This record gives sequence, structure tokens and C-alpha cells, in this order.
Amino acid sequence: MASDAEVVLSVRDLRTHFLSRDGVVRAVDGVSFDVRRGETLCIVGESGCGKSVSALSIMRLIPENVGRSMSGSVRLEGTELTTLSERQMRAIRGNRISMIFQEPMTSLNPVLTVGAQIAESLHIHQRLPRRAAWERAVEMLAMVRIADPARRAADYPHQLSGGMRQRVMIAIALACNPQVLIADEPTTALDVTIQAQILNLMLELKQRLGTAIVLITHDLGVVAETAQRAIVMYAGRKVEEAPVAELFRNPLHPYTRGLINSIPRRTAAGRRTNIRGRLQEISGIVPSLREAIVGCAFAPRCSYAVERCRRERPGLDQHRPEHVAACWEIARLAPQ
Amino acid sequence: MSSVLAVPVPAGSRSFDWIRRNPTIVVGSAILGLFIAVALLAPWIAGDPLSFDPLNRLKRPSKEFWFGTDQFGRDVFSRVVYGTRISLIVGVSVAVIATVTGLLVGVLCGYYRRLDDIVMRIMDGLMAIPAILLAIALITLMKASLLIVIIAISIPEIPRVVRLVRSVVLSVRGLPYIEAAVASGTRSRIIMTRHILPSTVAPLVVQSTYVCASAILIEAGLSFLGAGTPPEIPSWGNVISLGRAFFQISPWIIFFPGLMLAIAVLAINLVGDGLRDSLDPRIARRM
Repeated sequence: MASDAEVVLSVRDLRTHFLSRDGVVRAVDGVSFDVRRGETLCIVGESGCGKSVSALSIMRLIPENVGRSMSGSVRLEGTELTTLSERQMRAIRGNRISMIFQEPMTSLNPVLTVGAQIAESLHIHQRLPRRAAWERAVEMLAMVRIADPARRAADYPHQLSGGMRQRVMIAIALACNPQVLIADEPTTALDVTIQAQILNLMLELKQRLGTAIVLITHDLGVVAETAQRAIVMYAGRKVEEAPVAELFRNPLHPYTRGLINSIPRRTAAGRRTNIRGRLQEISGIVPSLREAIVGCAFAPRCSYAVERCRRERPGLDQHRPEHVAACWEIARLAPQ
Repeated sequence: MSSVLAVPVPAGSRSFDWIRRNPTIVVGSAILGLFIAVALLAPWIAGDPLSFDPLNRLKRPSKEFWFGTDQFGRDVFSRVVYGTRISLIVGVSVAVIATVTGLLVGVLCGYYRRLDDIVMRIMDGLMAIPAILLAIALITLMKASLLIVIIAISIPEIPRVVRLVRSVVLSVRGLPYIEAAVASGTRSRIIMTRHILPSTVAPLVVQSTYVCASAILIEAGLSFLGAGTPPEIPSWGNVISLGRAFFQISPWIIFFPGLMLAIAVLAINLVGDGLRDSLDPRIARRM
């Protein structure tokens, strides 16, 4: 098990609820996890399961005037983020914990050169004078493998392709050498070939700078290729957490199994599983987060569900080394 | 067809292209430049606009008096030339005051939603008051002077600028790059000045030309009503106002300042329309 010294980001019982007109929406409902120094942790789940809201909650980027209520604890290297003043939080964002977003097309300011946008972060957090910040920005562009960085720094976002813009976003996020980088579906908006390039770049820079990455994705292929550990979320809750190889070899939660089964597979000779019929889907839809969920959130879609699943909420129990899952029926499911 | 694209464009013809594509800006600014030159060089091109000449009252336009003379024998040409100064000063000052104030209030309103609720109601209130009525009230309260006229015209123009700026800020602040800026720890002040402000420039420049044109018209209207620039200052409105009584026997007293007023406003609007089309084709649809 990881010792505490290795943990850079520790999230405990994070809850983000939105008070809407038709009731409380429990977008994130008691999520806990640790991020260790220099590791890649993936958070996987369907749309609307609370992945992005978790990330925004950690960064404290959810505006207060939308009727949200938050609780829980987020500690970054021992600093409790949830109780910091907005001013103190600003000094941490982009400096010790950064975030990159899904849309590289719109995440850059169209009226500023990309060099200026990278330099801005350095100017704010490291008090670098403009000139030095610009030179560092050019170095950052070189680091994210943009050709001819000195000239590109003076370009505006519209002069760059989607992949290059996401590289610039990475350069901005890593400019101040943060301990944690949260990437919210950083490759979803990109071409498949570019996706691989961007992911490789992120992993390479992680190795070089020692930044821990929290990668939010709904693509299990990305999880398999990039992460050391993965968390599966469903309806605002964590349902399973395991090292990646373990997760793919022995998925415990029926939802995780469903996700893995829904990946199209190229069949290796001799192992002709599941090729004739159609791809397996998980029937049903994500439950409405407006109603309080009694019991297991996945129960209505789960083919293994029994009476108890609908009544009692399963706790996260450790079933194998470093492998926890929230399901009552694991004992029945485990021998595959 | 593709060979046409391959021909390198000589540097000289590029500016010519620009002129051909934006004829309204060129024509408008040329006329406007002429007005500015006249205003600056007034003492050299025109005589004293205030000197009475009882022997030459109500003279028709002639070689000696290009635009004729008024009932006191004053040279209408000189008065119109000096009036250019007043109109341009009023137009430009109002445009600057309304734009700067409107920009400041608009950005703050668009950014801080709580402030927005209060300030926009005040702006709604200001918009409900007719510009001319407000100006008359202010001028009656205080002694008539050019400064008061400028302030009185600026106040009702401010809400329009505020609304425009606010709408741009609202549409920009929801964009991901603002969120990204917040996520990298940028202070609100820097987000407003560096990330939001530049987007307001294009529509604001266009709006300021319209404000300028409308200020010139309102000033003339106020002066005509006797509630504007003090009568001893020869503004176009004052000249028209005094000439009104003699309209039937000597129409030139009204005709020339009226013509200048129309041309000046037309020129400014031409520049504004041209800027709108060339700065951002989308604005043309929005406004």
C-alpha cells in the first residue's frame, strides 16, 4: 500500500450537490481517492456520472451562485483546499494544480498570442518579468514539441491546428510545474491519430517533470494505455478502484464488466469470444440524479441485482490487493 | 483558376484592394477629414463670426459672402466654419465619455452578476428618459455652457453603450477560455482587462461612431430649441435657430448650416457602417 508521503492529492468524501428547482441533484455523492506522486490515475464513467464535476470541485471552479453545496475534504500535499480563501486558492490554481479541458478549440483566448497566454501564467505565479516569461513560454512550446517555437509563440490560436492547441494547453498547464495535472477528456475533441500523440506527450512530460496526472475519460482504451490505477464512477459515486491491469483482468463490479464488454475487440486466433453477435451494451440509462438513490445506483440496470441491492447501498470493500468495489454480489460474481 | 491564386500580390495593390473593398470608410473619413481640417484652420479660412455689419444685413450668397449674411450682417460662412468646431468637440467628447463610462460599467456588470441586477435597473431608468428632456432639465438647473451640454448629451447615451458591452461580456465570459484562465489562477481584474476587454473593442468602436453622430444631432437640436450651447457661441444649431425667423426671405441662413450638419452626420455614419462591415461581419447581423 502507498504510504502517506507518496500521496499528493487526497480527496475524502467529496460531495457536490446542485439545488435545482425540481430538487437536489447529487452530481458527486461521496467520492474519495488518493493520487500518488507521479502516477496517472484515470477516472472512467459514462457521461453524467460526475467525473467532470469532481474535477471542477477539486479545483473549486464551480461558481457559488448556481445553488451548489459542497462538502468533503481535498488535501493537496497536506494543504486543505476547501477552506482556503479565494485569494489563496488562486495562488494554487495553475501553479500547484492545473487543469486542461476538453475543447482545445475554445480554451484559448482568440485575441492573445499563444506565447502571451503561456507567459501569463508564469507572470502571475512565478513573478517572472514579461521578457523572461516569454522566453520560458518558448521553451515550454519546444517541450510540447511544437516546431519552430520562437515563431509559433507569436501566433494566434486560430493559426494552430486542434492538436497544436491542445499542446499549447498542456504547455500552459505545466508551465509552473504543478504537482497535479487534471485533464478532463483532453483528447475527446481530437482525431484518433492526434489523440495518441497527445497522450504520449502527456505521459512523457509526466515522467520528466514528476507531475501526477488525473485523467478523466470515458475511453477504456485510453485507460489501458496510460494509467497505473483507475477509478470507475457511476451516478456520482465511486463503484470500483484498482490498478489498471487488475481492473481489466478481474473486473469486480457488474458495471465495470459491462463497460469492458462493450469495447469492440479484435479477435485473436483461438479466442473467439463474443464476435458473432452484436456488441454487448449495458441496457437502460443512467438514473436521474435528482431523486435520492436508495441502494445500489446500478441495480436497475444490473442483471445480477437481488432484492438487497435495491434496499441497501453497498459499501466499498477491498476484495483483492488494492482492489475495492461496491457490490453486494461480488462473492457470487467472482468465480468467472 | 488556381493560377490566379498563385500570382503574388504586390504590396502596393493590397492597400488599393482595401480601399476598393471598404469604399464607405474611405469616403466617410475623407469628408470627416475635411471637416476636421476646417475646424482646425477656422481662423485662417473664415473671418470673425461675431462681428456685426449693419450695412450688409440678410445678403444673398455672393463672392464676398459665400453663404450670405444673417439679420445682424454676420457672415454665415464664418459662423458655419466656427460651428464645425463646436459640433466636432461635442460629438467627439460625448463619444469618448459615453464609450469609456459605458465600457467600465458594462464590463463590471457583465462580470459581477449581483452588481448587474442593480446597475441595469438604473440604466433602464436612464433609457426611459428622452435625451432632449434630460438635457433641457440639466441645462435649466445649471448655467448653460458647452461642458454642461456635453454631459447632458452623454448621460442618456451611456446606457446604450453599457447594454452593448454587457451583452458582449456575457457571451464571452461563458466561453471555455475564460474558465481556463480562472483555472490557471488568473485574477478577476486581469481576466476582465486582458481576456474580456479585447472582444468588446470591435463593436464598441462601431457604436462610438453612432454615438458621435447622434450627439452632433442632439446638440444641434438643443441649440435650436435654445436649451443648448449658449447663443453667443456660433454652433450650427444656434445659427439655424436664429435664422428661423428669416427663413422665408433669406433661407440660406438655415440652408448652409443644415447642409453641413447633414453631411457631417452622414460622413460619420458612413465610417461607422464601413467599420462594422470590415471589423466583424457578424456584428452586421447582431446590431
